[in-house]
Amino acid sequence: MTNAELDAIREKKKDLIRVRRVIREEGEKLAAKTGYRKQVLVCGGTGCTSSHSMQVIAQLEQSLKELNIDDILVVKTGCFGLCALGPIMIVYPEGAFYAQMTPEHVRTVAEKHLVKGGEIVKELLYQGTVSADGSIIPFAETPFYKKQMRIALRNCGVIAPEDIEEAIGAGDYAALEKVLKEMTPDDVINEMLASGLRGRGGAGFPTGRKWAFAKASQGNIKYVCCNADEGDPGAFMDRSVLEGDPHCVLEAMAIAGYAIGSNHGFIYVRAEYPVAVQRLKIAIQQAREYGLLGKNILGSGFDFDIEIRLGAGAFVCGEETALMTSIEGHRGEPRPRPPFPAVKGLFGKPTILNNVETWANVNPIIMNGAAWFSSIGTPTSSGTKVFALGGKITNVGLVEVPMGTTLREIVEEIGGGIPNGKKFKAAQTGGPSGGCIPAECIDTPIDYDSLLAIGSMMGSGGMIILDEDTCMVDISKFYLEFTADESCGKCTPCRIGTKRLLQLLTKITEGKGEPEDLVKIDELANHMKQSSLCALGQSAPNPVLSTLRYFKKEYEAHIVDKICPAGVCKALFTYHIIPDKCKGCTLCARNCPVKAISGEVKKPHVIDTSKCVKCGLCIANCKFGAIERK
Amino acid sequence: MNKNSAFHGTAEQKARLMAVIEESRSTPGCLMHVLQEAQGIYGYLPIEVQTIIAEGLEISLSEVYGVATFYSQFSLNPKGKHRISVCLGTACYVKGSDKILAEVEKQLGIKCGECTEDGLFSIDSCRCVGACGLAPVMMIDEEVYGRLKPEMVKDILNKYRGDNK
Repeated sequence: MTNAELDAIREKKKDLIRVRRVIREEGEKLAAKTGYRKQVLVCGGTGCTSSHSMQVIAQLEQSLKELNIDDILVVKTGCFGLCALGPIMIVYPEGAFYAQMTPEHVRTVAEKHLVKGGEIVKELLYQGTVSADGSIIPFAETPFYKKQMRIALRNCGVIAPEDIEEAIGAGDYAALEKVLKEMTPDDVINEMLASGLRGRGGAGFPTGRKWAFAKASQGNIKYVCCNADEGDPGAFMDRSVLEGDPHCVLEAMAIAGYAIGSNHGFIYVRAEYPVAVQRLKIAIQQAREYGLLGKNILGSGFDFDIEIRLGAGAFVCGEETALMTSIEGHRGEPRPRPPFPAVKGLFGKPTILNNVETWANVNPIIMNGAAWFSSIGTPTSSGTKVFALGGKITNVGLVEVPMGTTLREIVEEIGGGIPNGKKFKAAQTGGPSGGCIPAECIDTPIDYDSLLAIGSMMGSGGMIILDEDTCMVDISKFYLEFTADESCGKCTPCRIGTKRLLQLLTKITEGKGEPEDLVKIDELANHMKQSSLCALGQSAPNPVLSTLRYFKKEYEAHIVDKICPAGVCKALFTYHIIPDKCKGCTLCARNCPVKAISGEVKKPHVIDTSKCVKCGLCIANCKFGAIERK
Repeated sequence: MNKNSAFHGTAEQKARLMAVIEESRSTPGCLMHVLQEAQGIYGYLPIEVQTIIAEGLEISLSEVYGVATFYSQFSLNPKGKHRISVCLGTACYVKGSDKILAEVEKQLGIKCGECTEDGLFSIDSCRCVGACGLAPVMMIDEEVYGRLKPEMVKDILNKYRGDNK
C-alpha cells in the first residue's frame, strides 16, 4: 500500500460515509453522487443483536430483493448508542431513525418508505424524533444526541466495521500516515503530552507521560498493549468501540509503537465479547492485507504487528501488571510496582498499556492537534468521556460528553430522567472501585478531580442510575460480593479484608448490625486502602465508604431501627394486607407459592408472616395496591 | 452426568487437543489459549485433560491446575447440554436479576454452579454480557433473553425441554 493508494480509497468512500454524517438537503445532494439512492444502517452491536437485529438485516435484504430495489446500500454498523431502543435502523439521507424493529416492521418500511417515492413511516420511528406537529426532528437534534460530542465514538454506528475501506474513508489510518510521513517519535509524544489526554481506563494517568517513559527506557524489544478486558459489570464502552470501529485501535497502537520504538502489540480482550473478538480478528487480517500492519508500513520502513490474547474471566486482569502476567500465560496476579511496566513490563520488556477508549482518542489528537483537544473539557481533564448509562434510566445506552458536563445534564437531559415517576437517588460511577454520587451532588461537573473530591471516581465509564427503590447498603454488599469473589488472593489486606467487610455488610442487611460495626467498617476500609498491593484492593472499600458518607442514615436505619427504607433487605420487612383496600378477590392467595394468604371471597385477606417467604408475588398480582411492605 | 462421573474422552478429542498443543507450544504464554481450546473440545477441564496439557507443554500439572482454577471461565466440572447464564452485572442487578436467578434455581431444583441430574441444564451467573439495554438478561447457550420477569422463566426453560433428552 502506498500513500496514493490510501488516498484513492479515501476518495472512493468519502461521499458514501459523508451522507451518514450530514442531514437534510446536503445529504440528498451527496447521495446523488454516491450511486445509492438511500443507505440503510442497521446496528450490529451486541445490544441490538441480542434483540435480534440480524433478523432485521435478513428481512431487509429479502424485502429489497422482492421489491426489486437495487439502489439501496445496507450497512451493518456498530453501536448507535441508544441501546434501550434496539434493534435500531437508520435510513439516510433522511436520517430517519427507526427503533425496536421487528421483521414485520422492516417489511412495512421497505414497502412504504424504501420504494421509489416512498414516505417515512412515522409510527415506527423513535418517537423522540417526531415533534408534536408531526414533523420529523433529525436524531442528532434529539435530547439524547444533542448534548453529546462524539470523538472516541466518531465512527461507531457510522461505518461497517468489517470493511477496512469504510474505515479508511471515515478517516482511520490518516493519523498513522501523517505520523510516518511528517512527524518524529518525539513530535508524537509531545503532541500527546500537550493534548492532556488522561487514561480512560480508570486511574487517569497522562497518556503522553506513559509513552515518554517507555520511549526513554533502553531496549530493542518493547511492547504496546491494549487493555480490552472491560471488567466493570455494567460498562460496555470499550466493547462498543471494538465492535464499531476496531481499526481506530489498531491504528493508534501502531502510532504508539512508532513513538516508543516498538514493533509488537497485544490486545487483551475479554472472551465474553465474541462479537468484538471476531471484528478485531477481521480488522487485523484486513490491515495486514492492506499493508497497514506488518513490515514496512506505507513504505516508511516501520514494522508493526498485533496479536490478540483472550482473557478468561478475571476482573483483576484489568490491572496493568496482572494483565501482563495473564498474557504471559500465568495466573493473573498483580505484582508490586516499581518497576513500572514502562521500564519492565510484558515478558520483562518496556511496555505501555492503554485502554480501548484512550486509543480511540489518538487519531483525532494527531489529526486536529493537541490545542484543539485540550480546548474541549476542563483544564485538568481534557477531551470527552464515554459513559455506559444503565440502571433506572429511560435512555439506557452509550453517551459521549465533554468532560465537565454535569451529572444533571446526563441524567435529566440525555438520559431522559428516571422511568415510572420515581425519584433519582444516586449515580454509581467507577463500578466496584468507585462510589455513589448522591442527588445533592447532581450538579457536580463530571471530571477526574471533581469525582475524586466527592468520594467517587471516573472509573472506566460505567454509570448506573439508582432510584428510590435501591437500598444503598444492599448495593454496597453487591459490590463487595463482587470484589471478594474477584480478589486474586495474593495479598492479605484484599483477600481477607473484602471477606470481612462483606461479612459486616451481610450482618447489617440481615438486621443483626450493631452500632460499632460502622466503626469497624471504617477502620478496616482504611487499612485496605493503604496496604493492598493493587488497585483492586485499594479501591474495594470505595462503594462502602462513599455510601456511608452520603447515606449514613440508611445504614443507621438498618442497624438501630431494624428497617430497610427502600424495602429491599428481606430480613427487615414483612408483608401485610391493608384491610380497607382489600376487595377479597383471592388473586394473591391463589398466586402465593407457600399458601401463606388466607381469607374468604370478598372479605379482606391476611398474610401469615410466619409462612411468608417474601417473594413479592402477591404485590405483583394485587390490582388494588392493598399489600404493603413494612 | 453428575460431578463424579468418570472421564469419557475419545481418541478423536485427544488428537484434536494434541494438534492444538503442537501448534501453540512455541508461542510464549500459550497455556491460556490451550486451556480455552481444550475446554472447547471437551466442554470442561477434568484432571485427565489438564494432565495431557501439562505433559504436552512440558510444564508441571500444578501450574496448569493453578491457571485453570484462577479464571472463572474454566470449569473443572461438566456443564449441562444447555448452559444457562444469568447476568448479575450491576445494570441487571438493580433491575432485579437476582430474582431471575432465584426463579431459575427454583424451576430446576439446583443451585447456581450446578448441573441437573439428567445433564440437560447447568446454571451459572455471569458479569455483564453487555446487553444492558435489555436488563435483566440471561443467556441460554448463545441466545440472549432480555427484559425478563420471573414469571417468564418457566416458559423459556420449557422450550429447551421438549426437543431433546
